[in-house]
Amino acid sequence: MSPDSAPAAHEPDIPAAQAPPPGLVALFLAFARMSLAGFGGVLVFARHAIVDQHRWMSADEFNETFALCHFLPGPNIVNLSMVFGARLRGIAGGVAAFAGLLLPPTLIMTVLAIIYARFGDVDVLRRSLAGISCAAVGLLIAVVFRMMMPLLKRMDIVVLILMVGVLVAIGVLRLPLQAVLLVAIPVSIGVTFLIGGR
Amino acid sequence: MNAENPIWALISTFGLMSLFAVGGAAAAVPEMHRIAVEVHHWMTDKQFADAYAIAQLSPGPNVLIVTLIGYAVAGIPGALAATLAMCLPTALLAYYVSRLLNRPGQSRWPGLIQAALVPLSIGLMAASALILAQSTDRTVAALLLTAVVAVVASISRINPLWLLLAGGLLGFAGIV
Repeated sequence: MSPDSAPAAHEPDIPAAQAPPPGLVALFLAFARMSLAGFGGVLVFARHAIVDQHRWMSADEFNETFALCHFLPGPNIVNLSMVFGARLRGIAGGVAAFAGLLLPPTLIMTVLAIIYARFGDVDVLRRSLAGISCAAVGLLIAVVFRMMMPLLKRMDIVVLILMVGVLVAIGVLRLPLQAVLLVAIPVSIGVTFLIGGR
Repeated sequence: MNAENPIWALISTFGLMSLFAVGGAAAAVPEMHRIAVEVHHWMTDKQFADAYAIAQLSPGPNVLIVTLIGYAVAGIPGALAATLAMCLPTALLAYYVSRLLNRPGQSRWPGLIQAALVPLSIGLMAASALILAQSTDRTVAALLLTAVVAVVASISRINPLWLLLAGGLLGFAGIV
């Protein structure tokens, strides 16, 4: 447990055998490892490492932390590395996890960018990338579908209208993101407040 | 393109974009496309689709497509500048907000706001998928591949890497 945050009203089923906070090097290495394993997204590997493997957080703590990072702007998993590292070891821990998550893949990506800039015109690479692009879009559709399932099951019309509205505004009409969110966020918060307040 | 320092253009563009990228990197892809291809002409449509594919194929957070955009604009310094500009400000913001909220006796507003953002972020992700599908799926075979991957990944727990590899092989063979 983090020493500087008093756990507020936690369930009694938290496993007693929770590991002591890891050192900065261990944090860096753990996030580097989950990042390098994370083809097509790091979340799955992050949860596995933090909750199952190292037992640095309970499943509930992880969910709370990720939820926070999801509703803040920016790349979720990058935010998660900073927040998680900071909870365990202060700001230095946050920086260690952040660097571990980003440094190795950034180096790999830079090498790939150099290769692409040099050989991007080679027809074979282009064709292979075209196939990978199609599959990558398919994966994205699958993720969106999985995330949509809870909303579809609840059949909350207002929520579905908001979702489709954003989809049409950005995906079909191609309006700028900031303008759409400037309208959609207050509307959605207002609607949620009214529905939840009943 | 412009006379200004391209590094500064990258930092201001992605630093600002990250603050509005609610719902993660995938939600920001349409905006990245708009800025990099349509506004600044840093990349062609094809280069952007390739960059997205490379970012998906390589390990690490998918947000690192910005590393490729940064490299296309200003080489290695551009790659590093774009990556840090996209990731660091919001990570620090998350750190401070988390400290602020991680106290006992908080109100119900954090949960309420989060619930309100869920449909918006899913809508954004769906828009990303639509825009990318329009720029990559130019043939029937390509559309079919995307559809099959979408279905397989939705109903099975297969490692996504295999599906990307299969797409690469089909492309290599000249089928899509």
